[in-house]
Amino acid sequence: MNENFIQINGISKHFGNVKAVDDVSFSIKEGEFFSLLGPSGCGKTTLLRLLAGFEYPTNGNLLIDGSDITALPPDKRPTNMVFQNYAIFPHINVEQNIKFGLRKLGLTDDEIKKRVDDVLALVKLEGYEERFSGQLSGGQRQRVALARALVRQPKVLLLDEPLGALDKKLRDEMQLELRTLQKEIGITFVFVTHDQQEAISMSDRVAVMSEGKIQQLSAPNELYKNPENIFVSDFIGETNFLKASTKSKDGDQINVAIEDLGDFKVKNNLNIPENSSDVVCSVRPESMMISRDKSDWDICLEAKINQTSYLGEMTRFYVEVSGINKVITVSSQHFDNQSFENNTCFISISLEDISLLQKK
Amino acid sequence: MFQAWRNLYSKSDNAKAYSLLSPALFLIILVMLIPMALMLSFSSFTQVSMMEIDFTPTFQRYIDFFEKSLLVSLLIKSVKISFIVTLITLLTAYPVCYYIAFYVKKNKMLWLVLLTLPFWTSYLLRVFSWKIILGTKGVFNSTLLGAGIISEPLTFLMYSEEAVIITLTHAWAAFALLPLYVSLEKIDFSYIEAARDLGLSKFEVFWKVTFPLSLPGVIGAILIIFIPTVGDYVTPALIGGTEGRMLSNMIQAYFGKINNIPLGAASATIMLTTVILITAIVSYTTKRLTQRLS
Repeated sequence: MNENFIQINGISKHFGNVKAVDDVSFSIKEGEFFSLLGPSGCGKTTLLRLLAGFEYPTNGNLLIDGSDITALPPDKRPTNMVFQNYAIFPHINVEQNIKFGLRKLGLTDDEIKKRVDDVLALVKLEGYEERFSGQLSGGQRQRVALARALVRQPKVLLLDEPLGALDKKLRDEMQLELRTLQKEIGITFVFVTHDQQEAISMSDRVAVMSEGKIQQLSAPNELYKNPENIFVSDFIGETNFLKASTKSKDGDQINVAIEDLGDFKVKNNLNIPENSSDVVCSVRPESMMISRDKSDWDICLEAKINQTSYLGEMTRFYVEVSGINKVITVSSQHFDNQSFENNTCFISISLEDISLLQKK
Repeated sequence: MFQAWRNLYSKSDNAKAYSLLSPALFLIILVMLIPMALMLSFSSFTQVSMMEIDFTPTFQRYIDFFEKSLLVSLLIKSVKISFIVTLITLLTAYPVCYYIAFYVKKNKMLWLVLLTLPFWTSYLLRVFSWKIILGTKGVFNSTLLGAGIISEPLTFLMYSEEAVIITLTHAWAAFALLPLYVSLEKIDFSYIEAARDLGLSKFEVFWKVTFPLSLPGVIGAILIIFIPTVGDYVTPALIGGTEGRMLSNMIQAYFGKINNIPLGAASATIMLTTVILITAIVSYTTKRLTQRLS
C-alpha cells in the first residue's frame, strides 16, 4: 500500500488577502478513508476543490499516485467528486446521469451497461433508472451522486459534506453505509465535514483544520484522547479547561499547579516546557465521576449541581465546585437529577485523564 | 341575501380567484376576444364595392389569399425576415447573457440596465434613428464616403430587406436579453463543475449541460422576438421600401386604401395561424432537442 498516495506539498491558496489554505503539507495513504474536519471557513472545502481541480493553488504542488496533477484541469484528473448539493443534472434521468461520465472513457456498450448495473446495485438504486432528480428523496439523490462518481472508477473519491442535507437518522445510516462501501471497493476517500462526530466515526485518519492550517492529523481516537492543542481539544467532543501553570519536569511527567485546586503531577505528551504559565488542563466530561459520597480518586471535589440535561443515554451535569467560581460539565450514565439531595455531589478526576495543553 | 353571498365567497377559492381576475378578464374579453371574433367573421364576408359588403358567409377570401402569389410570397418573406432577426438576436444576446451570468461578479444589475438603456426611448424614434444611420446621406454612407472607402453611397442599406432586418434586430434585442439572462443565471454552477469533474471539456459542458438547461430562456426569447416581428409593420413601412415590405403592410393596405376588409381579415387570420403553428413547432422541437442533446 502506498503511504504517499496523495501528496500535498506546501499548498497555499489565497483569495485576495485571504489565505484560505496556508502552506499545508501532508500525505494521504492509498485506500484510506481520510477526513478534513473543521469549522466553516477553515479552508477544508478549498483544499478539496484544489484536489478536484476547480481551483489552482497559489503555491505548492499536488501529486496523486506519483504524478503531478497541480496544473491539470478537472476532466484530466483521476478524481471524482460528490457535491454538497449533489448536482444531479435535472434535465436527464438517473441512468443518464450515471452514464454521463462514462462517454469519454472509450468503453463498449456492454462494458457501460455492466458498470452502470454494478454501481446501481452497489448503491442499492436498482429500478430507479428512469427517475429524474426532482422525483428522488435526499438520500436517493445522494446515492445517485455517489454512483455517478464511482462508476468512473476514480483513484480518489472526493466528498464535500455529502451528508449535510440529510436528517439525523438517515445520516447515521449513510455514515455506516459509506464506511462499509469504502472498505468494499478500496478507493481512497477524501471526506470534508464540519461534523466532528461524523469525521471520528467514519475515518481512518482525520486532519483538523482551522484558519487554513492543519491543527492536528491523526487517527480519530488519538484526536480525542491526545489533542495536540486547545483548538483540537475544544473542537473534538466537549471538554473542561482549567487554568494551570507548569513547574518542574519529572521524566515523562510534569508538576502543574491547577488554579484553585492545588499541585499535581500529570503526563506531558506534548513536552511542554517547565515554568510556563500559558498552559491549560483539559478534562473530558465523561472521564470524570460524579457521586453522592467522597471517592478515593486523585482529585475529589465537593460541588453543587446548577443545571442538568437529560440526553437519553447519559445525563449531563453542570456543577459549581465549592470555592471555585467555575462551572464544570460532567456526564454520567448512572445518575440523573433525582439522584442527589440538596444538589450536593462529589466529582472525581483521575490524573490519567488530564491533558496538558499549551495556549497559543 | 348579502350574508349568504359573503359566506359563499369566503368559502369558495374559485370565487375569490375569479373576482381577483375579473378586471383582467374583462379587459381581455373587450380588447382581445371581441376584435378577434370580429376579424374572423369579417374574413368570411365579401367586399362587393367600395361601400358595400356582402355578409353571406364564405371561405372564398382564404382561397383568394392563396391564389394571389404576392400575398403568399409576402407571408413567406415575413416569416423569413422574422426568422433571421430571431437568429441574429439569439446569437448576439446569448454570449452577452452568458458572460453576465457567469463572469460578472459584481453589479450584474448595472450591466443589464446599461444593455437595455437604448430601449428606454420609443420604438418609433429608434426606427427613425436607423433611417438617419442607414440613409443615402446617412451617418454610415457619409463616413465611408469621407474616408474614401466608397465612391458612391451604398443604396442597399436603405429601403431593403437588410435594413428591416438590422432595425428589427436592434429594436427587439433587449427583449431577448432578459429571458436568456434569467435562465442562465438560474443554472447552479455546481452542475458545470460536476460535468467538468465527470471528464467533459469546457466545450462539451456547454452543449451537454449549460445549453440544455438554458433552453427555457432560449424558447422564451425566440417566441418573444418572433411573434411581434412577424407582424411588425412600422419598420418595413418606414425603412423597408418596396423591397422590405412585409405581409402586415399589405394587411394595413387592405383595411385602408385598397379597402378590401374581408381579404385583409382573412390575411390577418392566416398570419395569426402561421405564428401559432410556428410557435408550437418551436416549443416541440426544442423539447425534443433537449432530450437528444442529453
